[in-house]
Amino acid sequence: MQAHVENGAQASHASRDILVEPASIPEEFSPKATVMDAEALSRALTRIAHEILEGNGGADNLAIVGIVTRGQNLAEELAMRIEQIEGKPVLLGTLDISLYRDDFGTRIAPVLHATRLPFALEGKTVVLVDDVLYTGRTIRAALDALMDYGRPDIVRLAVICDRGHRELPIRADYIGKNIPSARNETVHVALKELDGHSAVEIWDSKVWAAAKAARAEVAKQRPVKLTPQGA
Amino acid sequence: MLSVRNLINTSDLTVDDIEQILTHAQTFDEVNSRMLKKLPTLRGRTIVNLFLEPSTRTKSSFELACKRLGADTISMAGSSSSVVKGESLVDTIKTLDAMGVDMYICRARFAGSPEIIERTTSARIVNAGDGKHAHPTQALLDLHTLYKHFGHLDGLNVGILGDCLHSRVTGSLAPALAKMGAHVTLIGPPPFLPPRPDALGASSTSNLDAVLPDLDVLYMLRVQMERIEGALIPSIREYSALFGMDKTRAARMQKHAVFMHPGPVNRGVELTSDIADAPNSLILDQVNAGVSVRMSVIYLLLGGEADDTRA
Repeated sequence: MQAHVENGAQASHASRDILVEPASIPEEFSPKATVMDAEALSRALTRIAHEILEGNGGADNLAIVGIVTRGQNLAEELAMRIEQIEGKPVLLGTLDISLYRDDFGTRIAPVLHATRLPFALEGKTVVLVDDVLYTGRTIRAALDALMDYGRPDIVRLAVICDRGHRELPIRADYIGKNIPSARNETVHVALKELDGHSAVEIWDSKVWAAAKAARAEVAKQRPVKLTPQGA
Repeated sequence: MLSVRNLINTSDLTVDDIEQILTHAQTFDEVNSRMLKKLPTLRGRTIVNLFLEPSTRTKSSFELACKRLGADTISMAGSSSSVVKGESLVDTIKTLDAMGVDMYICRARFAGSPEIIERTTSARIVNAGDGKHAHPTQALLDLHTLYKHFGHLDGLNVGILGDCLHSRVTGSLAPALAKMGAHVTLIGPPPFLPPRPDALGASSTSNLDAVLPDLDVLYMLRVQMERIEGALIPSIREYSALFGMDKTRAARMQKHAVFMHPGPVNRGVELTSDIADAPNSLILDQVNAGVSVRMSVIYLLLGGEADDTRA
């Protein structure tokens, strides 16, 4: 094992190294449409930050919790904007819902990531952050996971896009964009840190699956390192 | 996803498998540090803890791991099952299989028992120690403990001291450490050393005092009176004088060196009390790592392939 303990600023992101998320999708694959570009995505995040603050009446007792993995990056973006607006830091956490999914055994067990909630949930308004709201099952799992850590006063949901097709009675409080979609499409929120560019794209699901497989093939060339979590 | 269906020994695992198990164990460390330690992940799954040989820490550690993952568990001991009526292992497994079991965790007195179960059932199997052969989850939890302490495994100088020949811990730990890039030396009187240490990825010596100053880790094995057939050593007192760890020997080791022991500890035989309770003893960290590592193994094995019948 060539891995060593990373230190300093890198350490907080260390657990992501085990993610197979290497930069870009190979060029021969392309989405059907780009519905939000980097600027539109950034403006939507700024608006949501303002809406969260308006809804909560400031940043007091507010906690932004991103659902691993993309929600984690989006939560960081939101927390940064809230801090800029209010001039003080806001509580930030991440939640891995893999162990709470309702489809264990019907697919290969997902790679686990760290959950970090470095504050008590009691008395807090928790804003869960995710990239796409689709069936609602991820959010169901996230609510279960969150309740295992404590009893927040209020839980709200912020998503970058709502693509419909809900299978559970769940709705978002803050939405970047409503994107009507077909079930055979994939809505992908690309983020600079993970994909090399930021955008919201609609893909044909089959093309998307092939593109992801091709990207994973590239990723295999990279050494996967064992890195400490939550360091 | 692991490259194996069942965990029989660490020598079957790839480096990637071991890294996956240790990485996921870190997530389960976090779960085990929570107030509410119960997960819903394996709801509705049935795991049988088949312990045909006495065990306290391994058995309770596995049971906790199963329960914290949300699985239903059945615990069976050799003495309280139909095995005492003469039922064979194969028939016991067939009977349990008929009730719908997803995984067997098996501790057995005879090496090879897990392979017999493997041929009988389609459920997953975790070897919880078979005779003098292997004890893979012990080795993995030792790796997890060392990784948490040192931050890496490659390049570590590890001495395994004691009855290496009759030890299933050595049979799993030495190959696993070697696979991860550590240097392993088996230490003990000649009758306690295997004739081919290289088969385990290790070297061997009977000169404890010569190797002590080079070690980062000294792993002491229990002197297993129940497994030594005939008198291999003249007396426990002599063994203790020549190979027991005490303050004087510990003083010759590097400052950063640590002590480990798979338990249960024979105080005054393989080590003195002040070594067992020293600040650089990781013995309790090992026990603590056990539940997380076992959760990780169970999670990765049961989640290893899509099961269409459950969709």
